Amino acid sequence: MFLQQMVNGLTIGGIYALVALGYSMVYGVLQIVNWAHADVMMIGTFIGLLLVSQLHMPVLAMIILAAMFTALIGMGVERIAYRPIQSSNRRMAVLVSALGMSVFLQNLAQLVFGGATQGFPTIEKIPYTVGSVSFTNVQVIIIVLTVVMLIVLYVLVYKTKMGMAMRACSVSIPNAKLMGINTNRVISATFGLGAFMAGIAGICVGTYYNAVYPTMGYMLGMKAFSAAILGGIGSIPGAVAGGFLIGIIESLGAGYISSGYRDAYAFIIMIIILAIRPSGLFGAKRIEKV
Amino acid sequence: MNKLKTLQKLKTFKISPKNKAILLAVLVAALVAVPFIITDKYILHIIIACFIYSCLALSLNLIIGLSGQFSLGHVTFYGLGAYITALLMMRLNMSFWLALLISAVCVGIVGCLLALPTLNLRGDYIAVVTLGFGEVFRLILVNAIDVTRGPMGLPNIPKPSIGSFVFDSKIKFYFLGLVIMILVIIFMKRLTASGFGMAMLSMKEDEIAASAIGINPVKYKLWAFVIGAVIAGVMGSFYAVFMGFISPSSFQYSESISMVSMVVLGGLGGIPGSIIGAVVLTILPEALRTFSQYRMIIFGAAMVIMMIFKPNGLWGLDKRVRNIYKLNNIRTLKMKRGAKDGKSAASI
Repeated sequence: MFLQQMVNGLTIGGIYALVALGYSMVYGVLQIVNWAHADVMMIGTFIGLLLVSQLHMPVLAMIILAAMFTALIGMGVERIAYRPIQSSNRRMAVLVSALGMSVFLQNLAQLVFGGATQGFPTIEKIPYTVGSVSFTNVQVIIIVLTVVMLIVLYVLVYKTKMGMAMRACSVSIPNAKLMGINTNRVISATFGLGAFMAGIAGICVGTYYNAVYPTMGYMLGMKAFSAAILGGIGSIPGAVAGGFLIGIIESLGAGYISSGYRDAYAFIIMIIILAIRPSGLFGAKRIEKV
Repeated sequence: MNKLKTLQKLKTFKISPKNKAILLAVLVAALVAVPFIITDKYILHIIIACFIYSCLALSLNLIIGLSGQFSLGHVTFYGLGAYITALLMMRLNMSFWLALLISAVCVGIVGCLLALPTLNLRGDYIAVVTLGFGEVFRLILVNAIDVTRGPMGLPNIPKPSIGSFVFDSKIKFYFLGLVIMILVIIFMKRLTASGFGMAMLSMKEDEIAASAIGINPVKYKLWAFVIGAVIAGVMGSFYAVFMGFISPSSFQYSESISMVSMVVLGGLGGIPGSIIGAVVLTILPEALRTFSQYRMIIFGAAMVIMMIFKPNGLWGLDKRVRNIYKLNNIRTLKMKRGAKDGKSAASI
């Protein structure tokens, strides 16, 4: 039972981690929460569904292509809903604009793809049993994909020039500009990278539950966001740890306590941890200077 | 000379207290007359919804706009008020007014408890913690079937009454809602003008500077949450008896989101702003009903466009604060004109 729930928790936790990274990276660079992130992910999943059901693409090509489209949409959202907003109270204005974007995307999906839940016929599920633990090939693929994506992200952020520029922007955008960094491009790339991973996460979750629907982003996004906050928003290792932690706690809670409150455990844990450590597990404590 | 005069007129344009009283009287009279002119139940229903959302936006404005805490869980208080009132009335046969009082006290206490873990958090952290509370609350509503009947909701909530006078029609509820809204507006107006409101505002602007002059941030943050929660709870009670049916789906996270949108769209901090925001966001989806399948798309796009072109809201700071740049503008105009006419600027 324990091992079984751990395996399930790791699977869903990996998906949370991928989505949480998008929130966390955008926050790290811009100090705003990308509330439309989960809906970008949902659109990406629908694109994946289209590619697989209409064009009958092979799975790997579908994942990569769909994630690329998602990245484009993520960058588009930044262009349309975030960049033009200049205000003394930018955070609030961006929040409302992002929420508007989220409403827009959800209803657009509803109009184009229909509101009903659709299946996601990617690959045949093959169950395995090792000892007392049973899992499917989908779970293995999800975990492998998550790990691969995390490695790719690590390389991108810590070993390339663009990654260095991103890290510079997250320290200070004005200073990054002074160093000759094209900050708009970096911000765009951050949104794109976040959305790329969200696209992959969306396809994973669609395959795992075999369900795609226009409001699928809501709960997933909220939990991923809790994961990002839990790990300390803006911190990449924090987002990964937070994602896995929330996935595992959720599975264990659903298995041992009550599955009705499955969605509540993530928030309860997050509230408790934030009450003890206000800046999250890995978040640097910001010292306010007068 | 013309431009200068109009500018000066604009600057000094002020409604005298007497005219203000007359304007207010006309406005109230118009609001009283509305249900007798408009008999369409559907429109009356929307207007009552406007009252409810105006009060909710005002109470949230106290938390976000005045004390500067970004709460995304306002629906918790609203729903809690509705459920406590409904359960007390149905299970214990309490009168509405007693139930209202008890639920207001309970919601106030919950507001205080909910504010405690957010005290040492800031910005988006507060947002997500309050959001989490809202979601946990909704899940409890759904899962505690013995008490709340879960997703089936609570039907047949009794109507409130005073003596033998029963609030059983839309018109009667209209007046009840109007009275509540006027009371809330007067309360908020007095609060923002008082030292208490000023202290809150200063805390929002700069917490460190405020605490340096002896304002205890913890006290004001807690009070903001408690007062905001109580008002939202009262509105929840009103909603419960008005609709006669409540279910967890009425208290979803999207409600909190739309309340925040109302406050920001209207303009943070101001009373007219919150009301305008609430009215616009309540009416807009209804007005777009003719385009039923496109309406939420238009609604979302409108929010984005609004924020791009009017990021400070419909009734934002620029409307409320005397604009120092406008004053300077008049001065420079005077100087320019003075130089042209060969006179000193002071003589004009």
